[in-house]
Amino acid sequence: MAAEHTNEHITSSGLYVAIWVILMVLTGTTVFAASVDLGIFNIVVALLIATIKGTLVVLFFMHLKYSPKLTMATVIAAMFFMFLLFSLSMTDYLTRDWLTSPLH
Amino acid sequence: MATRDVSDIQVAEEMLQHHFADMDQQRETASFGMWMFLLTEIMFFAGLFCAYLIYRASYYQAFVEGSRAMNIWLGATNTAVLICSSLTMAVGVRAAQLGHRKAMIVLLLITILFGLGFLGIKAIEYHEHWTHHQFPGPNFHFETDDPEHPATDPQHTEIYFSLYWAMTGLHAFHMVIGVVLVSWLVIAGWRGAFSPAWYTPVDNIGLYWHFVDLVWIYLFPLLYLISKKHGG
Repeated sequence: MAAEHTNEHITSSGLYVAIWVILMVLTGTTVFAASVDLGIFNIVVALLIATIKGTLVVLFFMHLKYSPKLTMATVIAAMFFMFLLFSLSMTDYLTRDWLTSPLH
Repeated sequence: MATRDVSDIQVAEEMLQHHFADMDQQRETASFGMWMFLLTEIMFFAGLFCAYLIYRASYYQAFVEGSRAMNIWLGATNTAVLICSSLTMAVGVRAAQLGHRKAMIVLLLITILFGLGFLGIKAIEYHEHWTHHQFPGPNFHFETDDPEHPATDPQHTEIYFSLYWAMTGLHAFHMVIGVVLVSWLVIAGWRGAFSPAWYTPVDNIGLYWHFVDLVWIYLFPLLYLISKKHGG
């Protein structure tokens, strides 16, 4: 009956602590990066760091790395629909003043 | 060791619902269900993030001024508190997987303390904003700290604060639910409800807790760090 547990992955405490250290360092990094004027790249750096942190949380704390492919498909579906929501909304809002109607 | 294996088998037989082939399939199904729920949660928050994106793109300067009214150090501390709570939650789930009942209970209690600490710090920030009339509505009033650079666009900074309260408020509401759920895990765990053979609620509430942490990981830079505001 040991087969009951075969698909289950138990992450080592050491790996969790290592991920925690990286997350804490990245939090400090993002606060520091915000104090440096990088112009338009401030937001890029902030979102990049947030995405690295988020990826670590999802892969290790949420065990996505060791989960069935179906779980990965769920996460990709979430990202895909978020991409649709953001990109289609922005293609509307950001382009509204590109063309001026002769009626106005 | 042998006795624990026997009791595990008994628990497995008791907890296995008849429509699943085995415990692995049952666990994976429960996990998939939780992920599907989290997907709907992601889209729920994404609506607010999308609103943020649109208004930030439209009234950037007003958003910069609003974000400068944030206490960056309280925000950073809260980010650290949540990351610590995610660590104790992850190790707590691990303790449940291994059947270390006491370790699981202690780790979950620490997770609750971190969660309450987050809410406490958030409450200090909310109080600060409230007393400074930085709450959208008829009493909204916004001034910058710097008399040489007065607020340029306060009515649109109000939109920033509407989004700030809505997004962090919804997040804090999720934290409250999380604390209640983890408290229930502690009580159920204390009564011996979980074992290495069956700990599905610990696993799924763990996923929920990490998801709430994940939302904050994006909220913090977007709301607090829009433009440089410290050391310069």
